[in-house]
Amino acid sequence: MKASAAAAGTIILSSVTRPFSMLLIASDPPPEEGPWWGIGIDITKCIGCGLCARGCKMENSVPDEPFYFRTWVEQYTILNNGEVKIESPNGGIDGFTQSVPDEEIFKTFFVPKMCNHCEKSPCTQVCPVGATYESPEGISLVDQTYCIGCGYCVQACPYGCRYLHPEKKVVDKCTLCYHRLEKGLVPVCMEVCPSKARIYGNLKDRDSELVQFLREHDYQVLKPHLNTGSKLFYNALTAEVS
Amino acid sequence: MPSQLKRLIPLFILFIGLFLVIRHFLIPESFGQYGHYRGNSLQENASRETVYADKEDCYACHDDILEKLNNEMHAGLSCLICHGPGQTHVDDPQLGNINKESGREFCGRCHDINAARSIDVVFQVDIKTHHTEKTNCIECHNPHDLWEGME
Amino acid sequence: MEDHTLHLYEMLSRVEGYIYPNEIELQWGILIVLYPYITGLVAGAFILASLERVFKIKVLGPTYQLALITALAFLICAPLPLVSHLGHPGRAYQIMITPHGKSAMAIFGFVYLWYLMVVLLLEIWFDYRRDFVIWSQEKKGIMRTVYRILSLGVSDISPKAVRWDERLGYIITVIGIPSAFLLHGYVGFIFGSIKANPWWSTVLMPVIFLFSAMVSGIALVMVLYMVVSYLRKVKIDMACLDMVAKYLLYMLILDFALESLDQVHRIYEAEESFDILHMLVNGRLNITLFGMQITLGMIIPMISIGILQIFKFREKLRKTIYLMTGLMVLVGIFFMRWNVVIGGQLFSKGFHGFTNFKLGLVGSEGLFMAIAWMVLPFLILAFLLWLMPPWKKHEAV
Repeated sequence: MKASAAAAGTIILSSVTRPFSMLLIASDPPPEEGPWWGIGIDITKCIGCGLCARGCKMENSVPDEPFYFRTWVEQYTILNNGEVKIESPNGGIDGFTQSVPDEEIFKTFFVPKMCNHCEKSPCTQVCPVGATYESPEGISLVDQTYCIGCGYCVQACPYGCRYLHPEKKVVDKCTLCYHRLEKGLVPVCMEVCPSKARIYGNLKDRDSELVQFLREHDYQVLKPHLNTGSKLFYNALTAEVS
Repeated sequence: MPSQLKRLIPLFILFIGLFLVIRHFLIPESFGQYGHYRGNSLQENASRETVYADKEDCYACHDDILEKLNNEMHAGLSCLICHGPGQTHVDDPQLGNINKESGREFCGRCHDINAARSIDVVFQVDIKTHHTEKTNCIECHNPHDLWEGME
Repeated sequence: MEDHTLHLYEMLSRVEGYIYPNEIELQWGILIVLYPYITGLVAGAFILASLERVFKIKVLGPTYQLALITALAFLICAPLPLVSHLGHPGRAYQIMITPHGKSAMAIFGFVYLWYLMVVLLLEIWFDYRRDFVIWSQEKKGIMRTVYRILSLGVSDISPKAVRWDERLGYIITVIGIPSAFLLHGYVGFIFGSIKANPWWSTVLMPVIFLFSAMVSGIALVMVLYMVVSYLRKVKIDMACLDMVAKYLLYMLILDFALESLDQVHRIYEAEESFDILHMLVNGRLNITLFGMQITLGMIIPMISIGILQIFKFREKLRKTIYLMTGLMVLVGIFFMRWNVVIGGQLFSKGFHGFTNFKLGLVGSEGLFMAIAWMVLPFLILAFLLWLMPPWKKHEAV
């Protein structure tokens, strides 16, 4: 009798508190229909050619200066003395040349970065006017005709993916080439990657390339402790990468 | 009720009412359709012009090159990697309006020797010392048929 | 655009370590430092006023109206640095028509409006209504109409009506205290809720903002009371001033305790972000934190006013110490805001490097603009003190 009353009480309490918590937490669950896009990046395959970053800037009219990137590539070099050197000259757009001689290197690898299109994105949570949002397909987008340019979302993104467009004075970011997905085309960064280090796919589709990738590899996300629901899954992400 | 409230309460009701009316006219249409944003923004974002072409359009005319490529180590690579956006060429196919990037620096983006590049993923040479008597890689290596004319 | 780009290339060359490429440029500059500073002054001045009204600390009487009017003058100017900082100031109204319930920043419009209309304006109105009616009868010409309008046409000044003024004013003040906490607390929450930034993300952030706001507000009223009395060539009520300074001391101690707790906790736990923050505090924030915020803004004022609680110095010396301390506290709290806002953006979210902040002189985010926004409230204050002088109020019969 007491147990069932307690159970009933818990159910009622949680149904009352659930709408309240939905108000505050930034999670929009995947809708019933339609794809739920995710991204996979294989660090063992990235060769640091920089064509992804270059192609993205061309496709999306990103300003040329080295201060605005929708995607970029970092090189991590762990030296024998334990020091970690991280570089991203012009975001990797011009490629990389080896800067540390072989004998001093313990490990070195490239890590492409881009918007993680988080499920519980902290960036869309903080927009004061509703100018940035998660699309029904799970892509984080910006409404540039509504954005007031306050920059709060830029502060809230833990991965540094957003920037304020110097001319349009609104926020800009990776859209997973939403305009290409509509036409059945591949996002440019993935189209021009020669080693297939970057893939995307429908997380709801068990046969998609991305889900196969998740099955075959030990995947991690960046900053998991922040619980952003990041849908960018890395293979071979190591402790130095942040 | 004191006279102060008799003056203040109607004033506040008027102010709030005015605000609600103005708000009704200022809220953009389609706001709230899918969530707390302008629903039309989805379509606006989706209808941007693409700059990079669809590689199927390349195959439509250049299937002979595609066939050669498929027998090569460059098999599976998208034409757009070396030939750039290409949309202008697809729209108006002419000899001059397609990129054909080559040279040590360009090919070296992938093939220059670098400790961070796995030899399993990409073949590498030191572009500073590899056959310095030649200037451009493509003088020996046809990108669609890499060992053309060699043993 | 070209100047701006050149400036960014220069910033790029001075990056230390590795930062995400988009992090070169700080999004929030001096204008965003100003906004919490101004709303903090508002909240603090109001709390001082409410000490007299609600907590019946009568000795603070001479500063009551001054504190309220100061709060109003600064509140009117508070949105200006915010709106002028936006990429699209013309779209600022959107925050009122489609506020995003999940965003702390969205409540700015409503909390501001609420505090302005319901709390501050009403409280001042209830306090001054009788005087507006009397002045509208005494003055001639356009001022007569002005005061009539200000009284909103409620011209009954019988003792019964005046008692209603007092009663309603009291209720408003009681509502006003949590409203003042909300007005400034939400600003602290704006920073405190950003999990991406470990310099900002702490539960204590709204509380620290509040207490430093109260410190700055009390200091402002203290300084203004002395300045206004000097300009009017009247004697300062020393009992009042001593009490204001005493409350400033209490608030300073509380604020110092809270900020110390925050830092001690951070140092003790030493979690992932600790190393980069340690470098931040000892490097780029060294002078503004240890020098300006802590030493100048808290330690020296606490010791100065603390000594005055033990040793009763001569009036002239006390006044000098109060004035110096008040000014030091005002500067110190400004730098507290600076260290939070600017400091939080100087290090990379990857914890591997630092960028730089260069404060320009001209331009919409430059020093001159900031000075303009800070001078404007004093001009408005002067105007309001001319319009509704607290010392010309008629004693209630």
